[in-house]
Amino acid sequence: MTAARFIFPCRLLRLKMDRHFRGHVWTFGDDISTDHIIAGKYLGTTDPKVFAAHAFEAVDPVWAKKVQPGDLVVAGDNFGCGSSREQAPIALKALGVSAILANSFARIFFRNAINLGFPVLECPGLRRQVNAGDMIEVDMARGEVRLPDGGVTRFNPLPPNVLEILEAGGLVAKIRAELSPKP
Amino acid sequence: MSRSGNEVPYGMSGLTISEKILARASHLDAVRPGQIIDGEVDLLYMHEMLAMALLPFNEIGTTAVWDPAKIVVTLDHWVPPPTPEIAKMHQTIRDFCRKQGIQRFHDVGDHGIVHQLIAERGYAQPGDLVIGSDSHTNMVGAVGAFAAGIGATDTAAVMATGRLWLRVPETLQVEIRGTLSERTTAKDVILKIIGTTGDDGARYAAVEFTGSTVKAFPMNERFVLCNMTTEMGAKVGLIEADETTKEYLAHAGRPFHPIASDEDAAFTKTFTFNVDGMGPQVACPSNPANLKPVEDVAGTKIDVAFLGSCTNARIEDLRIAAGLLKGEKVARGVRFQITPASQIIYRQALKEGLIEIFMDAGATFTSSTCGPCFGGHLGTLAGDEVCISSTNRNYPGRMGSPQAQVYLASPWTVTASAIHGEITDPRKV
Repeated sequence: MTAARFIFPCRLLRLKMDRHFRGHVWTFGDDISTDHIIAGKYLGTTDPKVFAAHAFEAVDPVWAKKVQPGDLVVAGDNFGCGSSREQAPIALKALGVSAILANSFARIFFRNAINLGFPVLECPGLRRQVNAGDMIEVDMARGEVRLPDGGVTRFNPLPPNVLEILEAGGLVAKIRAELSPKP
Repeated sequence: MSRSGNEVPYGMSGLTISEKILARASHLDAVRPGQIIDGEVDLLYMHEMLAMALLPFNEIGTTAVWDPAKIVVTLDHWVPPPTPEIAKMHQTIRDFCRKQGIQRFHDVGDHGIVHQLIAERGYAQPGDLVIGSDSHTNMVGAVGAFAAGIGATDTAAVMATGRLWLRVPETLQVEIRGTLSERTTAKDVILKIIGTTGDDGARYAAVEFTGSTVKAFPMNERFVLCNMTTEMGAKVGLIEADETTKEYLAHAGRPFHPIASDEDAAFTKTFTFNVDGMGPQVACPSNPANLKPVEDVAGTKIDVAFLGSCTNARIEDLRIAAGLLKGEKVARGVRFQITPASQIIYRQALKEGLIEIFMDAGATFTSSTCGPCFGGHLGTLAGDEVCISSTNRNYPGRMGSPQAQVYLASPWTVTASAIHGEITDPRKV
């Protein structure tokens, strides 16, 4: 995996920032809750480094050390269920995860991620088609995932209002743009 | 069809409570599921997430909140603060509220778990669009409001603009009818519903409860139902306001305008749960939908029993615990912690002599906080501990170590289990 990443530095291969990703996959199952992603005991701070350092600790105590910038998370149903803690997507984004693809997302996690400019894509069925460590390519605008065997899985692109927030770089940037006087 | 076509441009059917509230909040005649609206928020409430929201709030570049009179803030997750860093976080929040002129800031001492505080002080009324910085904001929908939880950036956006984009949710109507077995509560009902629909059975949807069982429930039970719609993945849980609601909110002295779904409202799905004779239920580790009737897990040894959280730590819950504990002792080797949902409940428990009963029985009684429920502080679990809890979630690591085993149950089942040192059917004690 390390060698492959050295040969294909994924960030250089992104055709367009935040629209096209190529990266290694980390797989997770159904109902991955915010408690799995970042435990309550680490929330007594506002420092993203702390959240990042303990991401997915309940699943794998050293996951945060293994994940590499540009990696992708692929999960089953209801990813991010549970708490409203935005520290969960903050942790994964801070580690450089470029996007999360899941069969479905819990609603607050979905909003939080989009608001941070962090792509979360509903791609039903993808979880069954990939294995941990696979290299996949995601075209967010076209709604396509290219699998290691060359096959393509399609998904519905994000709705326009959500895409608009993501393209702006997150909700703060979007509101700033709206509030700033027009030239 | 009782509604005219003029009022409903998108179709012939009527509107649900949520659709009516969102239409009003976005100045539209009608809204339909899937539509994106820009809603004017009637009430924004926050706990310590305010500290996380300050960074995006400052980045937005506005200096003042949109309307300090429409904001309520309390401290609940870490009360009193267990570390210097959290004490500092509280200071930051305190200073912000003072500078922004947020009068309804309920500091440590006057605090409560925010959803309970909002409910008991009558801050949310039927028909309001309520936004809270916590996933269990759904609870407040029990007064007939549209109450949805959000994260830090959304919170910052609402603070700055007073508005929030929302996708109009489909409405699932859940009709509950029948008479429960003795010592069986709304908690058992909602666990049963979650166990049936799964922990994403209402993802993105509004859940509207109706039926004779719901109408007969007092407010404390209605709060439990709506509270745990979060564990169905719902955006909101609602109950049409009625005389019970009116009486509960009377002390607030605000105009009371209940909203009902139209008779021909388009519910996406309708479930009917006949709970006649149903007994206590338990959600087993480590998913709120992993349901078993109490008989199936009775005898499981426990180390910890916890009665607390926004879900089940109201005065009625404490009375249940005291009723069972009077003249009894908590089992040897078991720690039973009782943490009321607010300072108002704490005071009431004190007045009624409940705290003395708890102490005589060997339970420990604490100030109000969310601490143990989310594994933050003031009673967390070790890896080999088994806990029965009146809270709402039991995902791995929720209450402490990821190896700890958490069973979710009603105050009746939690207290009976604390006395016997093992999961116990409260009808058999």
